[in-house]
Amino acid sequence: MLSEDNKRAAYRALQDRILNGEGSASPEQRARAFGNDGLSPPLDELLGKVAARPVQVTDADFAAARAAGFSEDQLFELVICAAVGQSTRLYDAGLAALAEAVAGEEDG
Amino acid sequence: MRLEVLNRGYGPVTKLLFALIRLFSGYPVPDAAKLVFYRPDFYGARAKRFTHEAMRGPSAWPAGDRELMAAYVSQANECAFCIGAHSATARRAYQDGPKVAAVLADLESAPVPGGLRATLRMLGKLTREGKVDAEDMRQVLSAGVSRQQVQDALAVCAAFNTTNRLADAFGFEVLSPEGFEAGAKYLLKRGYR
Repeated sequence: MLSEDNKRAAYRALQDRILNGEGSASPEQRARAFGNDGLSPPLDELLGKVAARPVQVTDADFAAARAAGFSEDQLFELVICAAVGQSTRLYDAGLAALAEAVAGEEDG
Repeated sequence: MRLEVLNRGYGPVTKLLFALIRLFSGYPVPDAAKLVFYRPDFYGARAKRFTHEAMRGPSAWPAGDRELMAAYVSQANECAFCIGAHSATARRAYQDGPKVAAVLADLESAPVPGGLRATLRMLGKLTREGKVDAEDMRQVLSAGVSRQQVQDALAVCAAFNTTNRLADAFGFEVLSPEGFEAGAKYLLKRGYR
């Protein structure tokens, strides 16, 4: 077992806010951005790049999302959700590997 | 930045603050700082709290090591803004530019302790490949790194995987070397709050 610490608690507070708090994008849209799952064009291109290869995001990706009717505030939120979502998967994968590595040691 | 709200969507108090920062530092406010002032209730307030905790909160890793981890993760993501910002901050924290340059050029031959090297190797793999396994973690632990230190390093990794993505998606403007130095001085004095 790993101890919950202040760093993880602060991270969960951020994650909870962006997914469940007030926003211009719906909670469902934010959850799909966070999970990089179930997104339709053209958002799938923009947010897929944010998750997997952010250095390749272009002006055209934003232009396509705006042309599809997304506001600047919605895109602000959805890009943040996509970025935090990928980071969460990495954080959780690291913590799970650590928990497995220390499993069975004394005092957990 | 690619969203006009991030360039201009600030109230008068924040605009005044930006003007004062420019006046006193001699440099425009970096895009990384602007981002956390836009609708801070959505992202900035909690992002700052988490990043400060990860980078300056209690940990057996000194701030210099954590800044080096930030630079190393940023390099794995090819994020020019964050490599510049956090390699400058690590250099300043260590008072050792060649060490930071050596780590970013070739981790395996760089003059750093084995525990830090093993930790950086694991963070690089996690960032690039999206996964690590228990064996990767055992290698870090057997290099003398405590499990709490691994958790602390994973928090740094999470903070910068988020920031790198936002920097490249929103299009943060890369600063001059002098601008990065000014930012490094600020981050070591004040942290991320």
